[in-house]
Amino acid sequence: MNWISNYVRPRINSLFSRREMPENLWSKCEGCGTMLFHRELTDNLHVCSNCSHHMPISPRKRFHALFDGGVFAEVPVPAPNADPLHFRDQKKYPDRMRAAQKATGEKEAMLVAEGEIGRTPIVAAAQDFSFMGGSMGMYVGNAIIAAAQRAVKLKRPLILFSAAGGARMQEGILSLMQMPRTTVAVEMLREADLPYIVVLTHPTTGGVTASYAMLGDVHIAEPGALICFAGPRVIEQTIREKLPEGFQRAEYLLDHGMLDRVTDRRALRDELISITRMLLGEPPAVSGDLPKPEAPAAEAPKADAKERKPKPQPDKSAEP
Amino acid sequence: MQNYLEFEKPLAEIEGKAEELRAMARTSEETDVSKEAEALDRKAADMLRDLYKDLSPWRKCQVARHPDRPHCKDYIDALFTEYTPLAGDRNFADDHAVMGGLARLGDRPVMVIGHEKGHDTKTRIERNFGMARPEGYRKAIRLMDLAQRFKLPVVTLVDTPGAYPGKGAEERGQSEAIARSTQKCLQLGVPLVTVIIGEGGSGGAVAFATANRVAMLEHSVYSVISPEGCASILWKDADKMREAAEALRLTAQDLAKLGVADRVIPEPLGGAQRDRHATVAAVGKALAEMIVELEKKTPEQLVDDRRKKFLDLGSKGLAA
Repeated sequence: MNWISNYVRPRINSLFSRREMPENLWSKCEGCGTMLFHRELTDNLHVCSNCSHHMPISPRKRFHALFDGGVFAEVPVPAPNADPLHFRDQKKYPDRMRAAQKATGEKEAMLVAEGEIGRTPIVAAAQDFSFMGGSMGMYVGNAIIAAAQRAVKLKRPLILFSAAGGARMQEGILSLMQMPRTTVAVEMLREADLPYIVVLTHPTTGGVTASYAMLGDVHIAEPGALICFAGPRVIEQTIREKLPEGFQRAEYLLDHGMLDRVTDRRALRDELISITRMLLGEPPAVSGDLPKPEAPAAEAPKADAKERKPKPQPDKSAEP
Repeated sequence: MQNYLEFEKPLAEIEGKAEELRAMARTSEETDVSKEAEALDRKAADMLRDLYKDLSPWRKCQVARHPDRPHCKDYIDALFTEYTPLAGDRNFADDHAVMGGLARLGDRPVMVIGHEKGHDTKTRIERNFGMARPEGYRKAIRLMDLAQRFKLPVVTLVDTPGAYPGKGAEERGQSEAIARSTQKCLQLGVPLVTVIIGEGGSGGAVAFATANRVAMLEHSVYSVISPEGCASILWKDADKMREAAEALRLTAQDLAKLGVADRVIPEPLGGAQRDRHATVAAVGKALAEMIVELEKKTPEQLVDDRRKKFLDLGSKGLAA
C-alpha cells in the first residue's frame, strides 16, 4: 500500500497533470485542410507548405521575419482620445477595445517600427486584422502619420502592410476623417521624395483601400488577398447577380491594373529590399547571411533582445 | 403636392384638412371657413415647430434624404451664372452622378462640382441616385486640376448615399479613384469649400469634402456608414437604424462640435424642402463668405491650412 500510495500514484498523477499540452500546436490550413505544425508554420511565415495558402500573420511576427536578424524598434504612436463619441452598440466601445487588447496582446490595430531590411534602413507599419478587424480609427490614423513623419525625419522609405475591414464605426465620423488624415501622411512622403510601398494583405477593404492603401508608389499584394472598396456581399445585394470566381482577389486586381505585383510572402522580403534599394539608387543588397545589425539604441523592445540567439560580433572584414 | 415624411404624418393630416376647407370655400361662397382654416394653419405651424425643434438623428437622416430637398442641380441653377458643364474623365465615360463645370458665383469664376441625385424616377436612374462610379471621381480630379491651373476656387456640393457598390465600379478601381480625389483635394493651391447639402455618405463624400472649409446644412448628415448599414453590422439587425443613427453622431450639430463641420447653415422651419429659395440663398451667402475669407491666403497657406484642419481632427470629443 505504501509503495502504491507513495510512489505509483504520484507517478501516475504526474503523468497526466504535469504535462499540460500547449494549445494551438497544430493549425488547419483553410485552403487545403492540411494540419500544420506551429514551428513549421512560423518558419514558413504562416504560408501553407502544401498549397501555399497565405494565413494571417501578426504584425509582430511579420516584423521579426522582415527585419534583419529580427531586430526592430517600435515607433511610438501618440495616443488618441479613447472614446470620443461615447459609442455604444450592443456593447460599449471601451469594452470591445479591452476584449481586443486581451485577445491579441496588442494595444491597437497597427504596429510601427524602424529597422533595416537587407541593410536598408526603413520604417514599416503593419495593420493587425485580428484586432477589431484591423479597423481604421484614430489610432491607426495617428500610427500612419507617425510612421510617415518618422520616415521623413530619418529620410527612409515607408513600407506599409495593410489589412482591414475598413473604418472603425465606433469612432463614427472621426474614423472617416482618417481617410484625409492618412492621405496627408502619404503627401508628406511624396514631398520628401521617399518611396512609399504598400503591401496589401488579406483582406484590405472599405475606407482603407480608398485612402492610403491605394496611394502607394508601388502596390504589391499577397496571393489570394481580398482587396476592394465595397465587399462582395454588398455588391451581390446591389446588382442581384453572382460575382465571378476570384472577383476582387489580388490576381483579379492585378489583371485589372490596380496592382503592380502579386508576390508570395516568402519572396516578399527580397523583393522589398530590391525595390527600395533601386528606388533609392543604392547598390544591390549583399545576398547571403549578413552579420546581425546593431540593435537600434534605446527604443529596442526588450522582448526582441531576449529571443535572439547570441551571435558572434559582426566581423568588419566581412562587410562589402 | 408636398411629400411628407413618415414622422410628419399628423402634420400632413392637419395641413390636408386646411387645404380641403379652402378648396370648399372656393367652390361655395355661402360658408365662411377662413377662420377654421386659419385655426388649422396655426395648429399645423405649432406642430411643425414642435416636430423640428429637436429632430432625432434618424429623423434628420430622413429629412436629409427628402425627395423635395434642393439638389446639386437646383443650387447650380439658382446660385451660379454662365454654368458650363464639363464632362468626362477622358478615360472611360462620363458619370452622371457627378456634375461639374465652370460657373460664376457673383462675378467670380469658379469650378463647381457636386453629386446629383435626380428628382424623379427617370433622372434618378440617369443619375444613379447620386452614387458615383470611378469615372465620377476621375472627372472631379480633372476639373480640380483645371481649377488649379487657372487659379479658380473650387466649390463642391456633397449629396450622396455613398460611392456605387457595383461590379464594374470595383473593376475600374473605385477605391483608387476615391483615394486620388481626396489626395487631389489636399494638393489644391486654390480655395476649396464644401457644403454638405443632404447626405454625406462615407468615402464617396470624403473624396469631395476634404476642403478648407466644410459647411453643413442644418438637417444634413455626414457619416462613415449609413445608419442601416451600421445597424446590420453592429446590431445584426437593420431595423435598429434609430439606435445606430444616435450612436454615430452624424448630425451637423454634433459634427460642428467635433470640428468636422466649420459652420452650420440654418434651414427654414420644417427643412430645406419647405422653402427652397431661402435655403439656396443661405447656401449662396455661406459660399461667398467662405471663398472671400480664403482668397486672402497664398497657395501654400491654403494647402497648409487644409492639412492642419484634418491633422488636428479628433482632439475634440463630445460630452457624454
